[in-house]
Amino acid sequence: MENRILLVAELGPDGHLKSSLRSLLTAAKFLKGDIDVLVWGGDTTSAVVEAQHLPGIRQVLNGSGPTLADGLAEMLCALVRPLARQYTHILTAATTIGKNWMPRLAALEDVAMVSDIVGVESSDTFIRPIYAGSIWATVCCPEPLKLMTVRTTAFPGTEGEGRDPVPVENLPCPAALLQSTRIAVQAHVQEGRPSLENARVVVSGGRGLGSAEHYEALLGPLADELNAALGASRAAVDLGYASNDVQVGQTGKVVAPDLYIAIGISGAIQHLAGMQTSRVIVAINKDPDAPIFAVADYGLVGDLNVLVPELTAALRK
Amino acid sequence: MKILVPVKRVLDYTIKARAKADGSGVELAGLKMSLNPFDEIALEAAIRLKEVGQATEVVALSCGDAMVQEGLRTALALGADRALWVSSTEELQPLSVAKLLHAVVLREIPTLVICGKQAIDDDANQTGQMLAALLNWGQATNAAEIQVGEGRVDVVRETDGGTETLRLILPAVITTDLRLNEPRYATLPNIMKARKKPIETLTPEELGVTVEPRLKTLRVQEPPQRPAGVKVDSIATLLARLKNEAKVI
Repeated sequence: MENRILLVAELGPDGHLKSSLRSLLTAAKFLKGDIDVLVWGGDTTSAVVEAQHLPGIRQVLNGSGPTLADGLAEMLCALVRPLARQYTHILTAATTIGKNWMPRLAALEDVAMVSDIVGVESSDTFIRPIYAGSIWATVCCPEPLKLMTVRTTAFPGTEGEGRDPVPVENLPCPAALLQSTRIAVQAHVQEGRPSLENARVVVSGGRGLGSAEHYEALLGPLADELNAALGASRAAVDLGYASNDVQVGQTGKVVAPDLYIAIGISGAIQHLAGMQTSRVIVAINKDPDAPIFAVADYGLVGDLNVLVPELTAALRK
Repeated sequence: MKILVPVKRVLDYTIKARAKADGSGVELAGLKMSLNPFDEIALEAAIRLKEVGQATEVVALSCGDAMVQEGLRTALALGADRALWVSSTEELQPLSVAKLLHAVVLREIPTLVICGKQAIDDDANQTGQMLAALLNWGQATNAAEIQVGEGRVDVVRETDGGTETLRLILPAVITTDLRLNEPRYATLPNIMKARKKPIETLTPEELGVTVEPRLKTLRVQEPPQRPAGVKVDSIATLLARLKNEAKVI
């Protein structure tokens, strides 16, 4: 049976498609079948045109209107649910939006869902990390409708453009539901720095920093130089060096940037679980036997109070 | 206002999870188990709402075999008023747990259900959202702040780009993120007292829920190992290799 696959896109704050959609395309190609792309938002004008030119897709579905502007789970379910059973697979990125609405849809449709896949073995068998990535589970989903969130960093984006723009079908914008409304939005707290989940580079500090003042004074300039997000180990958070929301690890955030720089972090199991799928890992630590060096591509043994300013200065040049 | 807090007993976060040699599951025998950290945050949020007089009762609930009662004892020691144990030896997947919770909510009629955003064993991040769907209640996941008002609750939730504030009509389901609070520790007298509190037992049959697992885990394994790295001797070498070899800067 030919698969019918729906990819649910996300728009950035600028109204353009997020590049994560190209990773979803890569994941979908392992499933073999017709691929449709659903674009939704308050104003999808530019995103729809961008989606029409993606390679290898059949059509674009456009859900546009005021009730979809805030990305509420209740509204996204109202948009997707009427179409759901036309598809064998629905995929979306494992973001705070995707992780919010897709389980809700799964329960409404009474199907089990598969979270955060990092691999596709066949059209019903997927690989997903459990225990914050310490273990990978291979899971068979026999549901006729397979709902999945995708860890997009695990799938390199499909490059290129389609030859001709594919057709667009406009969907009715669902009527407002009163269960929840969005009353405020705040940009990320790290002024001028990217958020931990989306940053290409993460600079993370641990117990070795010694104090909250050192954490900011040493890591802040380095992060700014690299346009990196700041992270911290649980030990650093527990000691009050950094706030809880930047904790990287099994009990914090799981990140997979292109470059992860661990500074003064010994590498407790629960921290490693939160960052070990980063593409390149650098560790700076005074203890040559620190477990962090076992996962680091590049290790530098020495005093971080000397090495970090030296690194920042070298990058500035 | 009654608050229901579902809790799960998981492998303690300080212990490295290992696959069984035959790949059939994760090694748990003899290892330290604890309350899921995000559920502790949920419990703490509920207890604080009771302490400021906005909640009247905090009911903890756990589903699973007899061992999950240990988690409920911890919940009672931390400040839950009552505990419910849904006894089952089946593998309980998120959809089944959501259905069990749904049935319990229809009996208990809480105004708020506060769950951890995910359990640190299966990392599914599904159950709260599924419960909200089955109840047709509003949902706010990844909560960083909770403000209860008249007939509504405002929740600041963490998003990939920062935070947003959602206003939910009560009753509602909230799932907790890290920033919400720092859970307290149970004191010894409270641990002793919790030993004497009764735990009410329910079964899926009594609740009218079938708990068949829908997903089949074919095998578990350690992820591909990172190739061994190198130690470099200077910042200059490090930068050169990051530029020319790894091509990340």
